[in-house]
Amino acid sequence: MSFQFTPDNKSRLDDLVKKYPNKQAALLPALWMAQRQNGYLSLEVQEHIANELGISPVHVHGVVTFYTMFKQKPVGRFHLQLCRTLSCALCGCEHIVAHLKEKYKLKEGEITPDGRFSLELVECLASCGTGPMMQVNEAYFEGLTIEKVDLLMQKLMKE
Amino acid sequence: MTLVLTNRFNTKDSHTLKVFEESGGYLSIEKIFKMKPEEVTEEVKKSNIRGRGGAGFPAGVKWGFIPKGTGKPVYLAVNSDESEPGTFKDRHLLEKDPHQLIEGIIICSYAIGCHQAYIYIRGEFDLPYRRIQAAVDEAYANKILGKNIFGKGYDLDVVVHRGAGAYICGEETALLESIEGKRGNPRIKPPFPAVVGLFGCPTIINNVETISALPFIINKGADAYKKWGTEKSTGTKLFSVSGHVNKPGVYEVPMGYPLKDFLKNECGGISGTGTLKAVIVGGSSVPVMTAAEAYSVNLDYESLAEKGTMLGSGGMIVMDDSVDMLWALTNLAHFYAHESCGQCTPCREGTGWIGKILERFLREGGTQQDLDLLNELCDSMQGKTICVLADALAMPVQSFIKKFPEDFKRHFKKAAKSAA
Repeated sequence: MSFQFTPDNKSRLDDLVKKYPNKQAALLPALWMAQRQNGYLSLEVQEHIANELGISPVHVHGVVTFYTMFKQKPVGRFHLQLCRTLSCALCGCEHIVAHLKEKYKLKEGEITPDGRFSLELVECLASCGTGPMMQVNEAYFEGLTIEKVDLLMQKLMKE
Repeated sequence: MTLVLTNRFNTKDSHTLKVFEESGGYLSIEKIFKMKPEEVTEEVKKSNIRGRGGAGFPAGVKWGFIPKGTGKPVYLAVNSDESEPGTFKDRHLLEKDPHQLIEGIIICSYAIGCHQAYIYIRGEFDLPYRRIQAAVDEAYANKILGKNIFGKGYDLDVVVHRGAGAYICGEETALLESIEGKRGNPRIKPPFPAVVGLFGCPTIINNVETISALPFIINKGADAYKKWGTEKSTGTKLFSVSGHVNKPGVYEVPMGYPLKDFLKNECGGISGTGTLKAVIVGGSSVPVMTAAEAYSVNLDYESLAEKGTMLGSGGMIVMDDSVDMLWALTNLAHFYAHESCGQCTPCREGTGWIGKILERFLREGGTQQDLDLLNELCDSMQGKTICVLADALAMPVQSFIKKFPEDFKRHFKKAAKSAA
């Protein structure tokens, strides 16, 4: 079935467009909304948004590929984004990465076979004073230790 | 101590309108509507507050660049794309005092004649986004934003616009492109955004911290603001500290505060080995300082410039003497190579090459020729691109090699070591 915004999202999009002097400016919020609804931004989704906003599909594709948070492929139900930049590295984030890979068999850029988890190493998330840290879907988990990671993973495995 | 920006940080529910208004919030609004817009700009000019995003340009002077009588709308874009490694101060302002930012937005908008402001917030910020959006909604519900705000006959709309994971969108013209629904490629300047900015109209872009200081400046006056700091670096500054200190976090201190005292008093001293090796003082893009430099510098624009570095965003990364500076630099190079927007060849290629050379150096060992090549690459990048992302890697590379040569020589291949 082809992608359509839910009626709620469609009316939100109509409101959004009014907040900008032209429709194209609503592209980032529209992509966010579509990604939340669909999980990721397939070419079909991108084309639908292009039609909604009256802009070219290739422009939408260019934007989707520019921003790291827009996903063209599905991610796990819990997408683990672990910061690898200097401040977190000084706090030993590599131990957390190694632990996630060894104990939970996560691989960078891949989804676990049950679709529950995916792992991505990301750049600075502005949580430098509370490293190591990771963002799981939208929420920040800071001051990570191996114990804290285990507790969190156990919780997520049950959800 | 009562300061400028963080006075409500420890109050419960400081992000709500109720707490904000109970603690003197939105008082400056009454005052500005009795002033002419030019008088507001003049007061801000007098305070000499300099842009807190990194560049340090005087905010009031920037506002003065808005051309008069163009017939076009004027926009304000608030830069909340905080992405510079080591920087996490704006996040605290958004989470703990979002109404202070909105009050600042009203002040700035009135001064520059803006009726539509955008808050550009980085896509990863979830709690800060929810806090500022909730505050904006509260403000609309209470006639603080929207039509005829505070019954003063002035209209002001504020839209919170989320980014989606691109460091470069913190560069002011890339930010504008991003609001316009495009890839975040920085624009060629001139024209500067004050003349041709968002949607082709005059636009002011200010950092969250700059805007958040405005209520104080209007309420208490420029002179009260200037009581803090030095003659040229006025007021207070937020520093976000990470790495090897006992108490990492966000601290507001008067400009000109000695870094040595700051590390000892605010940050609780050096952790890890307990011995300081290096400090990156203003976000990862500024030249690194040795321990000796760090212990003899003050936290203001001029004192840091004397040591060949910059105040930048105030994102401070502290390293103890166990840190291998080649390793630290390799980590940072990876960041810049990842974040280059790719439109200028020296940056797109240069950041990637530097990253690869450093990775090989770290993995297999390097030679003096590698160091020469790195320096040469930096020379071919600096000042040769549309924005300063290339410089933002070149400055750490050259300063790390210059100030910590032993950490690179230690990684020389055997043959190179004996030759050296």
